[in-house]
Amino acid sequence: MHLSMKVCIFSTCIVDLLFPNVGQAMVEVLERFGCETVFPKGQVCCGQPTYNSGYSKETIKTFYNEIDALLSVDADYIVGPSGSCVGMLKEYKDILKDDPNYAKKAQILHDKTYEFSQFIYRVLGVLDCGAQLDATATFHRSCHMTRLLGERTAPFVLLEHVKDLEMIPLHNVQLCCGFGGTFSAKEPEISEAMVDDKVNNIVATNAQILIGADQACLMNIGGRMNRRGEKIKVMHIAEVLNHNVDLSRVKYVKDTDHQMVPANGSGVF
Amino acid sequence: MGLKTSELSFDERVKNAKKDKFMRASVAKAQDAQFEKRTRAREQLGHWNEWRELGEQIRQHAVKHLPDYLEEFSENVQKNGGHVYFAKTDADATAYIKQVAREKNAKKVVKSKSMVTTEIDLDKELLKIPGLSVMETDLAEFILQEDDWDEPTHIVFPTLHKNRDQVREVFQKIGYEGDNDPESMGRFARSYLRKYFMEADLGITGCNFAIADNGMINLVTNEGNADLTMALPKTQIVVMGMERIVPGLKEAEVLDNLLCRSAVGQKLTSYCTFSAGKLDDELDGPEDFHVVIVDNGRSNALNTVFEPILQCIRCGACLNVCPVYRQIGGQGYGSIYPGPMGKVLSPILDGYENFGELPYACSLCGACTETCPVKIPLHDLILEHRKVEMNKLHLDHSMTNVIFKTISVGTKAPILFKGALMGEHLAMKPFSNKKENSVENLYPEGKIDKVPKIAPKLIHGWVDIRDLAEPPKLRENFRHWYDRHEKERKRGEQND
Repeated sequence: MHLSMKVCIFSTCIVDLLFPNVGQAMVEVLERFGCETVFPKGQVCCGQPTYNSGYSKETIKTFYNEIDALLSVDADYIVGPSGSCVGMLKEYKDILKDDPNYAKKAQILHDKTYEFSQFIYRVLGVLDCGAQLDATATFHRSCHMTRLLGERTAPFVLLEHVKDLEMIPLHNVQLCCGFGGTFSAKEPEISEAMVDDKVNNIVATNAQILIGADQACLMNIGGRMNRRGEKIKVMHIAEVLNHNVDLSRVKYVKDTDHQMVPANGSGVF
Repeated sequence: MGLKTSELSFDERVKNAKKDKFMRASVAKAQDAQFEKRTRAREQLGHWNEWRELGEQIRQHAVKHLPDYLEEFSENVQKNGGHVYFAKTDADATAYIKQVAREKNAKKVVKSKSMVTTEIDLDKELLKIPGLSVMETDLAEFILQEDDWDEPTHIVFPTLHKNRDQVREVFQKIGYEGDNDPESMGRFARSYLRKYFMEADLGITGCNFAIADNGMINLVTNEGNADLTMALPKTQIVVMGMERIVPGLKEAEVLDNLLCRSAVGQKLTSYCTFSAGKLDDELDGPEDFHVVIVDNGRSNALNTVFEPILQCIRCGACLNVCPVYRQIGGQGYGSIYPGPMGKVLSPILDGYENFGELPYACSLCGACTETCPVKIPLHDLILEHRKVEMNKLHLDHSMTNVIFKTISVGTKAPILFKGALMGEHLAMKPFSNKKENSVENLYPEGKIDKVPKIAPKLIHGWVDIRDLAEPPKLRENFRHWYDRHEKERKRGEQND
């Protein structure tokens, strides 16, 4: 156990506004592995919705607020349940590199911040979270998590070790689900065609559960599946790793012969 | 045709594309096939990321020293007896080419596929010369020409939107009597075109890379038509975008390797040719050799954040991985340069008035950036266009603009966000319902599946397509849960 490791929770606005279950699961898993969590209430949003829509000037103060809030507590790490939002936090250092007051802070933020599953596997070194889930499932590998954050393997390794969970590969896993932040609302025609493709591939797996590490993508895919009447359950990876946990099953990488899988897989795209 | 291929609005083009089920299926099939081939070809090469880095360095270096390399190239072409013309605009380029055609009294022109000649609308301009005929000799471009100059929908596979039956119909108009077998149609095209090659007096090609230190032109093709276009007619005109330059042969070799593997998943295409005008001791080749170097807006990118787009080697891999291209095909973009590279390049060449919507038709998934063999940060440049449009030009005056500005205010002030968290459940309640859900675990409070007609376009954009979760009651949101959780934890610690 990594005792007394202090982790600042980066909740993301989506979880704050809509999905408390995801934040709860993340906190519970982290605390289970000995992290002391802390939640600074000044945090709002990583700024992606406006920044990625082109409102770069208007978003600078959103960045400042998020940096001030997340660095207001003296934590060893900052962990969030979304590869995309974490990716955005990590981009601050490039966006603010010439900012006299925030360049250094943005670098500190960058170095401390991890996506949830990445943190569990790569930092805490947990291989088996002790979870159990008797179901078939498929995984949506979100774009920013894999391409901007460069983490394409940690969730798969962790899910492989969930007892009784059978993972079914998703065809064309590399394709975007059509969320793209405000793109989904600004270009609904294109987004609809993209998410329908994704839903068709998910339905074709016959999986009972769709799992993801980005709640916003799941909100998009799930929202479309519900509209289409597809019967499936949607779970964030934190909820899966927090399901029916038996502490006696927990395994750390260091206690096994497991070779840490590189974040970027084979690196040929 | 020129850069712009359509007078329809972007929304209309997208609607048309969505209706074209055949096109979408064929694009998806091509993307999937290319995914396999490309990945295999890159794996065979090994050290892919190191190769990409080398490719990036070569292209960055060439673009950075563009004037020097163009000068060196131009001197070498002239030393070999050729002519070089620098065209500032499309009109300058076509005027020069027409002038050469007139001087040579050319009657029969053969062309081999070149995006830049389409960009400058060369075919249409040449046909204005009385008594002159133009024949496209690239199979796909030939099909488009015979189909009343239909527009290309991909920079490497121009007829991606046509199936074999449609091709057969086109060929029947010029005397084909066989079935829809691609091989027999290919054979027909081959014999049909051969006669034009033999009679042609002017050949026009594009250029994959221009070699600065020896004045040669590098072309990679799979049909050999470019080689015939270069070898047979007495006069040859090469049209190239001004950034197609490389320092020398060894750099061209690296880029050909990246290009072929990325464009078609081959180690090398069937033909990879380096050529120039005919030398005195040579038997064949053009006696008169012209190179037209086209700017046509490219220099707008120089010394700006958009400069990396000039690294592009036109492999089309970004089109082949793009999930948006997959759905709307080439015609959706309204530019002869579609897909991610087109979204970046088209507004640079011809401004935001015609192409301002393209940068928004992107989910910023980054697949293009990841596949680009010369590491152009494509999705970042798409975002840069948005920044220019919103922050510099203030092009959006709609309700959407107001909403975004409101969000930007709301997300920088914790107090306002707190207000949103307090009010969201009640505010959304009137639109929410408890109707049955097929998806489990997303709608504990109910869902919003309909909003009033007068709701902003942006809200409709979401709700018309997908259900939205009803926000949790105030006491049940994450922050309240965390407060309670923290208190319990502290109580537990005190008891210990």
